[in-house]
Amino acid sequence: MIEIQNISKSFEDKQIIHNISGIFEKGKTNLIIGASGTGKSVLLKSIVGLIQPDTGTVFYDGRNFTDADKEMKAEIRREIGMLFQGGALFDSKSVEQNVMFPLNILTKMSPTEKIDRVNFCLKRVGLENVNNKMPSEISGGMKKRVGIARAIVNNPNYLFCDEPNSGLDPQTSILIDEQMISKLPP
Amino acid sequence: MIFLGSLVVRRESLGTYYKLVLEECILVGVKSLFLFALVSTFIGAVTTVQTAYNLVSPLVPNYIISNVVREMTILELAPTIMALIFAGKVGSSMSGNLGTMRITEQIDALEVMGINATSYLVLPKIIASILMYPMLVIFSGACALGGGYLVGTLTGIISPTDYIYGLRYAFNEYTVTFALTKALVFGFLISSISCFKGYYTKGGAFEVGVASTEAVTTSVMAVLIADYLLAQLLL
Repeated sequence: MIEIQNISKSFEDKQIIHNISGIFEKGKTNLIIGASGTGKSVLLKSIVGLIQPDTGTVFYDGRNFTDADKEMKAEIRREIGMLFQGGALFDSKSVEQNVMFPLNILTKMSPTEKIDRVNFCLKRVGLENVNNKMPSEISGGMKKRVGIARAIVNNPNYLFCDEPNSGLDPQTSILIDEQMISKLPP
Repeated sequence: MIFLGSLVVRRESLGTYYKLVLEECILVGVKSLFLFALVSTFIGAVTTVQTAYNLVSPLVPNYIISNVVREMTILELAPTIMALIFAGKVGSSMSGNLGTMRITEQIDALEVMGINATSYLVLPKIIASILMYPMLVIFSGACALGGGYLVGTLTGIISPTDYIYGLRYAFNEYTVTFALTKALVFGFLISSISCFKGYYTKGGAFEVGVASTEAVTTSVMAVLIADYLLAQLLL
């Protein structure tokens, strides 16, 4: 469960979010909906700690994330998977290397186990035989799906998706929604 | 200083860095060899021709030409002038690379995974620069002296024997130590300044370009100031 209490954030003189509180319960898909420029991404980034909120606290299963030291934050972040608006795939790595990246850094799995896990996650998001392609060689929708595969490869406790459907055609949007709702968590 | 401090906290495993440093060494060092060879050879050649042009007195022996070329190459041309080339090629590339990673949220993706992105991305670049730049300076010095030899002997400015004698004449080993000390300092300055500029890029593609330009300008200024300070302190 994630609990946020009185989150506020301003950039210079402009207040982006003000006193947002809420509880995101375990096993549920929670949506943050709002018009463009109302601070959805800022709230999301405040929750995962990419932006330091001006006020307020975030708790991950009772653990205070906002006031945690760097070690503790890193520990909690290793339980988080996140899909970014543009996919945020590493340009210099292939699809397979991108998805395998969290496994290389955060686990001690053998190379065979890693490959199996990567192929399993890519299959879950409907991608096969793209392992050796570079991010520049695949479409926007495929990038999003690779981003999802990378976000779930490490079996995260918390999965955040920042506008997973933005810039996609309706068919791919439906596909991604289906994958997130019916197939996740792995 | 805060930026540099963040490089050494919450590091990943040594194996991870070993691989990253090797990759960066190839990018920073091996892929700069051609440009360094080209520029150094021509600088050495031009220095030889211009020194010969200025030494017209029959009282000055010919080997002084290569002696002057050697001193200029070791003390200034190889470590300092090549540092400006290094800042233009490697510094701008580092800054552009990190800037693009920043604006496309790749750095955020690393942070969300619990990885210290500063340490993971920047530390290998700085280590690789500190390791490779002194080697590039040695390579560059050899190319410059080789360029001088080729032009000097092929155009008849100086005989091969005189050139070699001039290179060996009154050689002070400390100049090499001084050049390599400068190379270490310049390698560190260029890589850390360029990474800092790129890492904190905000905005879009235009700002990535601005960050790269600032990285080169600031690095060049830092190199020139450090060059003066080191000369004052160590010579």
